Amino acid sequence: MTGKEFYIDNFKIFQEKLNGESKSFLNEIRKDALKSLSELEFPTNKVEDWKYTNVTPILKQNFVPAVNASVPKITEKEIQSYLFQDFDCHLLVFINGLYSEELSIVGQLPKGAVAGSLRNLTKENPELLSKYLNKISITDNAFNALNTAYALDGLVVVVPDGIIIEKPIQVLYLNTNDKENVLSLPRNLVVAGKNSQVSIVANYRGAGEKIYFSNIITEVFADENSIVDLCKIQNETDDSFHIEKVQAIQKKNSVFNHYNITFGGSITRNDINSRLDGENIETHYYGLYMVNGKQHVDNHTFVDHAKPNCMSNEVYKGILDDSSRGVFNGKIIVRRDAQKTNAYQQNETILLSNKATIDTKPQLEIFADDVKCSHGATVGHLDETSEFYIRSRGVPQELAKSMLIRAFANDVIETVKIDPLKEQINHMIFEHLHRVEIKTE
Amino acid sequence: MLSIKNLHANVEGKEILKGINLEIKAGEVHAIMGPNGSGKSTLANVLTGNKSYEVTGGEVVFDGKDLLDLDTETRAREGMFLAFQYPVEIPGISNATFLKTALNELRKYKSLPELTPREFLERIKEKANILGLDETLISRYVNVGFSGGEKKRNEIFQMLMLEPKFVLLDETDSGLDIDALRIVSDGVNVYKNEKNAFLVITHYQRLLNYIHPDFVHVLYKGKIIKSGGKELALELEDKGYDWIKTEEVEIDKA
Ligand SMILES: Nc1ncnc2c1ncn2[C@@H]1O[C@H](COP(=O)(O)OP(=O)(O)OP(=O)(O)O)[C@@H](O)[C@H]1O
Ligand SMILES: [Mg+2]
Repeated sequence: MTGKEFYIDNFKIFQEKLNGESKSFLNEIRKDALKSLSELEFPTNKVEDWKYTNVTPILKQNFVPAVNASVPKITEKEIQSYLFQDFDCHLLVFINGLYSEELSIVGQLPKGAVAGSLRNLTKENPELLSKYLNKISITDNAFNALNTAYALDGLVVVVPDGIIIEKPIQVLYLNTNDKENVLSLPRNLVVAGKNSQVSIVANYRGAGEKIYFSNIITEVFADENSIVDLCKIQNETDDSFHIEKVQAIQKKNSVFNHYNITFGGSITRNDINSRLDGENIETHYYGLYMVNGKQHVDNHTFVDHAKPNCMSNEVYKGILDDSSRGVFNGKIIVRRDAQKTNAYQQNETILLSNKATIDTKPQLEIFADDVKCSHGATVGHLDETSEFYIRSRGVPQELAKSMLIRAFANDVIETVKIDPLKEQINHMIFEHLHRVEIKTE
Repeated sequence: MLSIKNLHANVEGKEILKGINLEIKAGEVHAIMGPNGSGKSTLANVLTGNKSYEVTGGEVVFDGKDLLDLDTETRAREGMFLAFQYPVEIPGISNATFLKTALNELRKYKSLPELTPREFLERIKEKANILGLDETLISRYVNVGFSGGEKKRNEIFQMLMLEPKFVLLDETDSGLDIDALRIVSDGVNVYKNEKNAFLVITHYQRLLNYIHPDFVHVLYKGKIIKSGGKELALELEDKGYDWIKTEEVEIDKA
């Protein structure tokens, strides 16, 4: 049985497991998605958007949807090493994409604010969910259809108008199974009301003996004047697969800051899309990927300027070692009405080995005449003059290289607003690249 | 301290240094002057082990060791220091991190214990004070957003922090206003003693009003074509290089 048939077949088992839950509004969405899944093919290299990313290794395996698979027992102590530490936060934990009430610690939230699991909220507040869920993201491909067909659990954050959630929300998505290859399907929804503010740290981690596949959809709705920070740090196991689609819709005067930091995964594919549906919107995309071995990381970003006077700024930086491979495709559309748009995009890559490769492509489609757009891509090695400068002070070569790696990553790290998080990202860079760590202060 | 014999070096296959001879003893200050492109920075880079420069002949002995055998960081740990003509910016790395890393590497090499954070801070304060540097500079990224003059001053600050035996100053005076020039020179003079030595590369006599050289050498097309006392610098300032070039041509003919 091929991947697709396997997933369609498993749907019956999934539905049986749902019992009462199958009567929710969500089940109609699932059934539609299952239909799409049966009609759609998984993307091949013939599809322009997937030209450089071959998903065959993912499709060769049959990953058991987490809800149909065995549930690993994880203790509170075990999750500590996966968490970002040293800052006060609300904590939500998902094991293989399924919410763990016991492991989560959600503190007092302002009145009306929600930080919880999709599964619980489908029961508790379906009216609220049905206003947004699956209304922001459309199904682009079979991976999206697969996520939606099995949509059961994931992060839901809803911030009412005028509310600021002070503490960041840390979401640990821990994928782990020692017995079977699992399909983890978080379905996330973030809704920020007018004049609201929220910051989310999405922490994707992997463990366990078996490989797994994370196939995620995150929908973000940023209403007027809201500020949404979504900081994704992905450190899946190096032989696992990770695909996420983020779709944001922004209303006037809103700010959306998306951070996309990749360490792990055998094949990683991110689609980060924002539709700027109002005036005076700001969108910032920061990306950083540090990969080695045979890792493959593909970032497709898309900023859709639909209205005038908005600005988007995108900085994506990659450090590629060994025979790793990077793909960057930055699409910007400036629609006819979107006059006075400022759109910037930069993709920089450092190759630490002669075998590492990057395919980088800007894709600008500009239909308005009064706009400022710029894009640039650079590919290079660590600068030898800089390395010489550092070594000339007595610093050994390996440490000098680490300093330059840190210097390169700085444009992105510097923008992270939670200081302890910066340090931990810094640490992860050197750990993942197996290089001497530079402790910064 | 430093003995250079018949040093030849290529850059990208082209011979730039064509037989340099130079003896520098502890306690001495030597100045090297010479027109643009004559090979002054090349000499500095060769002495500090920059791999873009290929040594094709000659030898350099530094404190009894074959200098050319050592890699850049080992030369630094042995006490070689270059104040760069164009200091490099390192975003994300603070001056404090940078200096602490370097200092601890040097100390490790000499089997000395690491400085305690307190000792480190005290040393920073003391040295920053000598150069009239704002202490907040220490938490800023290495040379990032520094003005040209600040970068040069920071080089001298690093010198004071790392306490090298042999210091190469590559046009440290260029881009400095009069006040900064005096401050930087004071820093050098405070540090100068009987145990260390300086090789000062400059285009201008004015630096030598502050840092008094024992010897002045003229580098021209990869060779030292004239050496003398500090009066030579004055003469160069006055007459330019043409008269020596002519002398040189005559020597060649003879
Ligand atoms: N990294 C390099 N790559 C290519 N050519 C170089 C390099 N470094 C030096 N050169 C060449 O070697 C020659 C000597 O250069 P060098 O920088 O040593 O001169 P200089 O005497 O320091 O000049 P200036 O007074 O302008 O600083 C020049 O022709 C220069 O173009
Ligand atoms: Mg020079």
